[in-house]
Amino acid sequence: IANSYNRPTLIQLQNTREEEEEQQTTAQQEEQTKRWEATELEEEHVHDAAVPPLAGDPPAADPPSPPPSKDDFQEELVIRPLHSGDIYASFQFRTVWDADFMGDQKVSHYRLFPKSLGQVITKFSVRELHISFTQGYWRTMQWGQPYLPSPPGAELWVWFQDTVTDVDGTWKELTNVLSGIFCASLNFIDSTNTVQPSASFKPLGIGNVTDHSFLRYATLPREIVCTENLTPWKKLLPCGSKAGLSVLLKSEKLFHSTFHSQAVHVRPVCQDPQCRTTSMELRQTLNVVFDLHTSGQGKREWSLFKMFSRTLTEACPLASSSKVYVDVTDNPQGEQFELSPATPLLTQAVVLGDRRTYSVYDLTQQASFGSSRSLNMLLRWKMLRPLLHSERYVAGYGLQAGEIHTLIYNHHPYRAFPVLLLSAVPWYLRLYIHTLTVSSKGKDNRPSYIHYQPSKDRERPHLLEMLLQLPPNSVTEVTVEFERALLKWTEYTPDPNHGFYVGSSVISALVPSVVAMDTNSTLDRPLFSSFFPCKEEASYFMRVYTEPLLVNLPTPDFSMPYNVICLTCTVVAVGYGSLYNLLTRTFQVDEPSPGLAKRIANVIRRFRGVPLL
Amino acid sequence: MLLCLTDGGIALFCVNPTSWQIIVFIYIYIYIYIYIYMGNVHSDKAGQFFNSGHTNNWAVLVCTSRFWFNYRHVANTLSVYRSVKRLGIPDSRIVLMLADDMACNHRNPKPATVFSHKNMELNVYGDDVEVDYRGYEVTVENFLRVLTGRLPASTPRSKRLLSDDRSNILIYLTGHGGNGFLKFQDSEEISNVELADAFEQMWQKRRYNELLFIIDTCQGASMYERFYSPNLMALASSQVGEDSLSHQPDLAIGVHLMDRYTFYLLEFLEDIHPSSTTNMNQLFKVCPKSQCVSTPGHRTDLFLRDPGRVLITDFFGSVRKVEITMETINLSSPMEPLPERINCTVHILYMCINKHIIPTAIIMYYVPRQKLLRDVFPCT
Repeated sequence: IANSYNRPTLIQLQNTREEEEEQQTTAQQEEQTKRWEATELEEEHVHDAAVPPLAGDPPAADPPSPPPSKDDFQEELVIRPLHSGDIYASFQFRTVWDADFMGDQKVSHYRLFPKSLGQVITKFSVRELHISFTQGYWRTMQWGQPYLPSPPGAELWVWFQDTVTDVDGTWKELTNVLSGIFCASLNFIDSTNTVQPSASFKPLGIGNVTDHSFLRYATLPREIVCTENLTPWKKLLPCGSKAGLSVLLKSEKLFHSTFHSQAVHVRPVCQDPQCRTTSMELRQTLNVVFDLHTSGQGKREWSLFKMFSRTLTEACPLASSSKVYVDVTDNPQGEQFELSPATPLLTQAVVLGDRRTYSVYDLTQQASFGSSRSLNMLLRWKMLRPLLHSERYVAGYGLQAGEIHTLIYNHHPYRAFPVLLLSAVPWYLRLYIHTLTVSSKGKDNRPSYIHYQPSKDRERPHLLEMLLQLPPNSVTEVTVEFERALLKWTEYTPDPNHGFYVGSSVISALVPSVVAMDTNSTLDRPLFSSFFPCKEEASYFMRVYTEPLLVNLPTPDFSMPYNVICLTCTVVAVGYGSLYNLLTRTFQVDEPSPGLAKRIANVIRRFRGVPLL
Repeated sequence: MLLCLTDGGIALFCVNPTSWQIIVFIYIYIYIYIYIYMGNVHSDKAGQFFNSGHTNNWAVLVCTSRFWFNYRHVANTLSVYRSVKRLGIPDSRIVLMLADDMACNHRNPKPATVFSHKNMELNVYGDDVEVDYRGYEVTVENFLRVLTGRLPASTPRSKRLLSDDRSNILIYLTGHGGNGFLKFQDSEEISNVELADAFEQMWQKRRYNELLFIIDTCQGASMYERFYSPNLMALASSQVGEDSLSHQPDLAIGVHLMDRYTFYLLEFLEDIHPSSTTNMNQLFKVCPKSQCVSTPGHRTDLFLRDPGRVLITDFFGSVRKVEITMETINLSSPMEPLPERINCTVHILYMCINKHIIPTAIIMYYVPRQKLLRDVFPCT
């Protein structure tokens, strides 16, 4: 954990050099900020961070390249909407450490590169280190390919330098140190779960060592990821979690996702196209997939605030480039979704074998943040907007009264049209027609034709028909209060607590059509377009049915007759029966029956004719 | 007539003697009494030796239960962790052991949170938590190794208890327990004898100055019955034969959120700030039987100072005692000279105020900061 309480134990720091370097750091920071302001933005170029890097491949033509010297930090976020409605966000933070320790020099100056990792790398002579913590499983069939794949649990693979003599011992120590840094149980990695792959894990950085005895690979599938792993990961960033893209990394939202993976990749890279000197590159990546139903609440509309509950306010001041990319390949003219705020920058990149187009937001430009000083990207999918639509529900509480609300939506932008609303309500919901209100856009809307037939108990239901004029782009609400009736006990269904149904209301309308209709004969038209007869050219006939209602009526307790009969019979039997017995029963003394010997003696005496015992 | 030799209420040797046996018995009794008295004299000397106080604070907080329905044990431990951090002990001085992950458990309706109050009022997990031992690493062996310091060489610093003879250590254990044992992860147990021996090892190796042991389990008082090392103070949430009960369930999360004793302990600690002068006697009164249903117990006979004079912040906070005198010391150094910017040697002023040792917290409240700096660094 890179905080001031850990005294350096791995490498002896000399006090004076530290003071010098602190002064150098402040001077360099000022130099760095000046350079950042002067950076120009390219409109169309192949971004090298999106290209999967091959070993030893120098970055593609990148005019004008900055002077390759000091530490460098870049941050980037890619947002890719997935076909299933979920959204995939991938963060990458790249710190390049300008230190060449392929040679033998001891490194003790840390500027942007985190000291805890740097000390680990130098002490254990690590050439490449890749560690990832993942929660969830990547669903390739639903989501496509990830930019940076990782297995569930923890995965660690390391290439050591060829100067290491005891690789197994160094591996064991390295896993223990990493378990302390990342607060994970990596110390469970030992010889029983470590392998030396011979072909699958070639070095991703430069170097041509092929002796796989310096490679170790281990996974811990049971390892969980939680805030205690995210916090030290965030502390490795130069800006921490205070500025730039890392302000979005809040654990409550990140772990409420279908897939979460954070990784650290360290490898040596070339500093210049001729590869005369090398430097260490640290890439911290975080991939997260937010689910449409869990995080998106079912609505297909995503924004930075909805995903992370934060917006971006500034780029990290130590970053030389800070960009957000949104994948708009499937949305060239904006038919599928709308991206706001609009950005003029567009970039193409070849990634995962496909050429994709991205809208770019450059956070180093103040203009990206607009007047509100915050950037919240919004991707809104075009929703289906049928012209006529309706809903109905019961409002109120208790078992005595209630209200029926019917909402009719007119989504046409400028045309108003009339509709006929038919409601047939059973007699046991007694409607109070004097409470009927019709309102559109908050104002009263009187129907031009009403036909109402009141109900008669146990004979006929209510019938209400109205002709309403729907204003354009509005919601019309029809409200009527009712009271529930108490039915006779034989009229209840065997399952009365289920409720009683009210049939759908019917809305019949002539809806303005987009295309002129053909009023001629329907003989040679397909069946699905010729059901309703077409009388006019400019509109077509349509019926919309609302939901049925399920209403609870006051229900008696049907077990009461049985209870009453039982109780009454018990009272009668016990009370009257005892009294009757008491009054009419007589009592006699009864002789006890004699023993066996006496009975035999009595039998003999009977024979003899002598009086019995 | 029955004569018995007792040790703390436990009869060791009973006899119905003749006269010569009585004489022998009296002789043995006097011998043992002298031995104990000499021991007391030694411990008195030890008491004087340690009167000067502590210089650093450590905390070892352990939750020993696994599985989702033991959510409350993790919440207990995390709420003590939170209080201890708030009062000043840094993460590098806290060893936090959680046997299971509740925050990112798939059953948690609000991931990355652990709540201690119902209606999700207080998230004790927070954003900056450092769990040193988690999951399967929380075992009896690892716990005892942490206490005694017998860890393999490659153990990282954050997993070690690097205390010295001037450290005050707070040890908090919670989980399921019984008469004389505490259950670890439903598969093994630690007994009170093992724990007492571990503390004795710590004492022998001078790994603590004073130690406060708090345990919140069923029959918790049995765990401190066997302690015999000096400078130990112990609190438990229930006596032998009683169960510690949980506080309240949350209907959204579906489990009990906290145990009663720790809930009221947390409420008590929320009123403590780094410069408060509350002493241990008030801590003993936390959660009486009316609130806790069980009877909390405590043990102070092994503790050399009077509990009424021990501050809560001696164990829960990280308050340094600074002794200020009037002398100047020139540090002759093997260091290289400082750069031009700071062109004076550092004077460390010592002022003696009534020859009392004043905790830093009071100094911070009564002495204006700027004045102190100017006095201490009278240079550009």
